[in-house]
Amino acid sequence: MQNKRRPTKTIIYLLLILLAIISSVPFYMMIINATRDTKDIITGFTFVPGSSLIDNYNTMMGYVNIWNGFKNSLIVAVSVTVLSGYFSALTAFGFAVYNFKGKNQLFLFMLLMMMVPGQLGLIGFYELNKTLGLLDTFIPLIVPTIASPFVVFFVRQYLATTLHSSLLEAARMDGASEMKIFHTIAFPIMMPAVATMSIFTFIGSWNNYILPLVILFSPEKYTLPVLMGFLKGSQVAQNLGSMYLGIAISVVPIMIAFLFFSKYIITSIGAGSVKG
Amino acid sequence: MKKLDYKGYYFIAPFFAIFLTFNLYPVLLTFYYTFTHYEGYGEPQFLGLDNYVRILTDSYFLEAFINTWQIWGLNFALQLGIALFLAALFSDLRINIKGLGFFRAIFYLPNLITISSVAILFNIMLDWHYGSVNQFLLKLGIISEPINWLNQPFTAQASVALILTWMWFGYTFIVLMAGVAGISKEYYEAALIDGANRWQTFIYITLPLLKPIMLYIMITSLIGGLQLFDLPMLLTDGLGSPDGSLNTMVLYLYNQAFRYGNYGYAATIAYMLFLITVIFSGITFKSMYREAKVTKKRGNK
Repeated sequence: MQNKRRPTKTIIYLLLILLAIISSVPFYMMIINATRDTKDIITGFTFVPGSSLIDNYNTMMGYVNIWNGFKNSLIVAVSVTVLSGYFSALTAFGFAVYNFKGKNQLFLFMLLMMMVPGQLGLIGFYELNKTLGLLDTFIPLIVPTIASPFVVFFVRQYLATTLHSSLLEAARMDGASEMKIFHTIAFPIMMPAVATMSIFTFIGSWNNYILPLVILFSPEKYTLPVLMGFLKGSQVAQNLGSMYLGIAISVVPIMIAFLFFSKYIITSIGAGSVKG
Repeated sequence: MKKLDYKGYYFIAPFFAIFLTFNLYPVLLTFYYTFTHYEGYGEPQFLGLDNYVRILTDSYFLEAFINTWQIWGLNFALQLGIALFLAALFSDLRINIKGLGFFRAIFYLPNLITISSVAILFNIMLDWHYGSVNQFLLKLGIISEPINWLNQPFTAQASVALILTWMWFGYTFIVLMAGVAGISKEYYEAALIDGANRWQTFIYITLPLLKPIMLYIMITSLIGGLQLFDLPMLLTDGLGSPDGSLNTMVLYLYNQAFRYGNYGYAATIAYMLFLITVIFSGITFKSMYREAKVTKKRGNK
């Protein structure tokens, strides 16, 4: 029996390894080609790094300051993560703890709007920000995420099972204000749910392309994805090594973050889908 | 019944203030634009239903609709096929494959990377003469002359579909495995004792029990797929080249609004897209649900 299965098992492992190579080799090629010059890249392909990394870097920086895009992406993504985390917790707390008129209708309305795809209001969103004079600023990319229905929904579900009303009553007896109860008691309890959502919020914001593309005009305000598109249309595109390097710089930080969080991220995806 | 407490309003007020301003209002404003001719300045001129008549007879929109479906369909078939195959391997008690954590992480990696970076990466890797993909395939002898991937409608659409598959099969696999983990081991042990082979176990146990989760995968993938934009925008010229084959619905929307300044018509495209999404999600949900019910009945007998 054992002997009959062994070849099958070997084939399966070979297949899995092949898939793993397909998943990772484009990134490996990207890093290798970032160290080679255009002439090298054109003549053929190799798995050995070249020696033009610094030249490529200087050429790219001569046209586009990629670290500026990096900084912009970081400012937007961090603000979005903090605001959506805090205000979603606040909203979830309001829905979970208090009983007020129209509560169920408002919650249902929020869930319904969750189904509406982002592109539906894109034109109106652009016009609204034009009227408000907010085009070419980060505000339209950051402030609207205060209202993140999905995060509210997720945190509220979490709160329903973890927060006990006796805890709130005890704090009220001690004379704590409602805001203080939220900050000192409820928020720490919600933290695991907020943290889980924060990873996805951050990645979502970091990778967002169409919204900053529509809102931002000045190259010095571009976030990384928009800057990548700009790089492709600029003269840097002639220099393949620099192009690869630019792409690598935009990609490697997420890859490093993934090394640390992969287990956490993967469990969260599984958990979210089984519940949903 | 708990007594009413108005304090709850304070906590949800910021959310709804922002929500109404930046979410609901733009959606309604966009709806108003669908009845107008508006170029981004001056007053929108009222057109009645002209934009709707136009979109129903617009061959470019039809083309975008068909392209989007072709790309999504090919991608989804491949992605789900690979993910199901992997899930079948990892749920098979007899072979007991190790390293699930490692393979899951590697397969998922492409999904995390910024799509615009992926698009530009493949834009240069798929280059006719100098791209790594052709160089690699030539070296292995799989092809005898370079393929101009991004310059022929079929290969361009296939490239986008394959890149999407590459990005998403790991995610789909993780979600499926979460479903497999929820299936009681007893089913598999019973099947093993009854002498069911690998294929039978998969068809009669794994697949039916994964239906709800496949419904989730299909609907989320469909909604995402209909909004395909980043890849076609950055893989070629952003106008749908070659030959309009990468002109997807959202790319068409973007170009109508922000390249040609037809805001009214672009708004109409957005609403058509929404309508299409709702209709097809509904159909998917209903057909999968009915199938699930039939299987359940059969199972009860």
